[in-house]
Amino acid sequence: MAHEATVNTHRTKWWSGGKSPFNIEYGKVMMWYFLMSDAFTFGAFLISYGTIRFSHNYWPDPNVVFNAFPGAGHANLPLAFVSVMTFILIISSVTMVLAVHAGHNRDKKGVEKWLIWTIIGGLAFLSCQAWEWHHLITGEHATLIDGKIELIGQTTKRNPWGELVAGQEVVAALQNTDTHVLAKLVEEHHLSTQTHAELMKAPKEQLIQLLSSSSDFHVRKPGPVAFGGFFYEITGFHGFHVFSGVIINIIMLLMTRANVFERKGHYLMIEKAGLYWHFVDLVWVFVFLCFYLI
Amino acid sequence: MSQHYDPTKDISPSAAYPEVTFHQHHDDKSFYRRVKRTTIILSIVTVVELLIGLLIYKLFLNGTPSPAFILFLKGVVCILTLAKAYYIVAVFMHLGDEIRNFILTIVVPLLLFIWFIIAFLSDGNSYKNLRNTYDKHHEETTMPQPHTPPAAEQPQK
Repeated sequence: MAHEATVNTHRTKWWSGGKSPFNIEYGKVMMWYFLMSDAFTFGAFLISYGTIRFSHNYWPDPNVVFNAFPGAGHANLPLAFVSVMTFILIISSVTMVLAVHAGHNRDKKGVEKWLIWTIIGGLAFLSCQAWEWHHLITGEHATLIDGKIELIGQTTKRNPWGELVAGQEVVAALQNTDTHVLAKLVEEHHLSTQTHAELMKAPKEQLIQLLSSSSDFHVRKPGPVAFGGFFYEITGFHGFHVFSGVIINIIMLLMTRANVFERKGHYLMIEKAGLYWHFVDLVWVFVFLCFYLI
Repeated sequence: MSQHYDPTKDISPSAAYPEVTFHQHHDDKSFYRRVKRTTIILSIVTVVELLIGLLIYKLFLNGTPSPAFILFLKGVVCILTLAKAYYIVAVFMHLGDEIRNFILTIVVPLLLFIWFIIAFLSDGNSYKNLRNTYDKHHEETTMPQPHTPPAAEQPQK
């Protein structure tokens, strides 16, 4: 009887101090709450993107915007590169799970090995993102601006992904376009074997003829400016999380090497770093959905 | 069973946190099986999402598909994404292994998102409709034209 009574008081006073009502270590609880607040930040960004997208009559098709692959030139490969990025992040999440598990088993070598793989995955993802941003910003897309064709990239001020311009309008626009832009377009679409300098000397009519008879040459109107701002803001903020996650993982690796956790007797810190890393993967799942898939 | 806690005999990771009395014990074998299963599920779901994305692309390439069907496909992709999020949070982040009260403190606030999404997306939509109604120039200059996209020119490929 007496024993049962003590058990009962033990169970009813969850919040009387001396133990964790959630049965989790304090730091981990706080990491969860931080991640929850971070989820609201990302959620707010993505929902505001959705609001602006819903308020437009036209929005660029992601398959048209994200169709490049490193080393593939002008090949049209929608979704290919972003799926590579997604798999990199999923795999690095798996290696992080294995690092946390090795920590549970107090297996120092295992923690080191899996942390290194996770860091490599994070760096690979960041490199992919750097390439993608570079490609979008420096890209040169034929866009109809003020009656003539200009070559612009995707920035926060300009968007080259509007609607396709119909054939007869393209011919009129080509008449107003600078020769050097025409020469560049002819060269880029491999419509002539001549060099840029030679094309510059060629009569304008010939260049226009070459371009307007090509089936690969398309001109688009400028698209919604907000697209670039949201894309760079949200993928940039996510990339910043990946970057800080990589830094945290590197610190965890150095601390493991320095036997800090071995001396403490537990690897709970790896668990908290792991939670952050999985969150980065979790956010990417939604960024991937909102920007690339729908 | 004894409720007495003896720190000197505790070799668990939380020995430094005696207030934590509940431990998640996964033996190695079941752990690896679980991680492997989750990885495969995540990969398959991602591949299916990509295939649906490409299907939407192909449908638009070959003409004008019915908006309801496209909306349905996009809805499927959204549900698949939520499934992925569930697996990452429940298995990789071990939230599924925590006690129920803790899970609720995380999940219940996130339910606000249901309202956020409905409210803000319908706000954006309403703004679009109002603007199209009262600003005809805006509607004429920005509404997508029902032109026949490259379909007619494509076959040469």
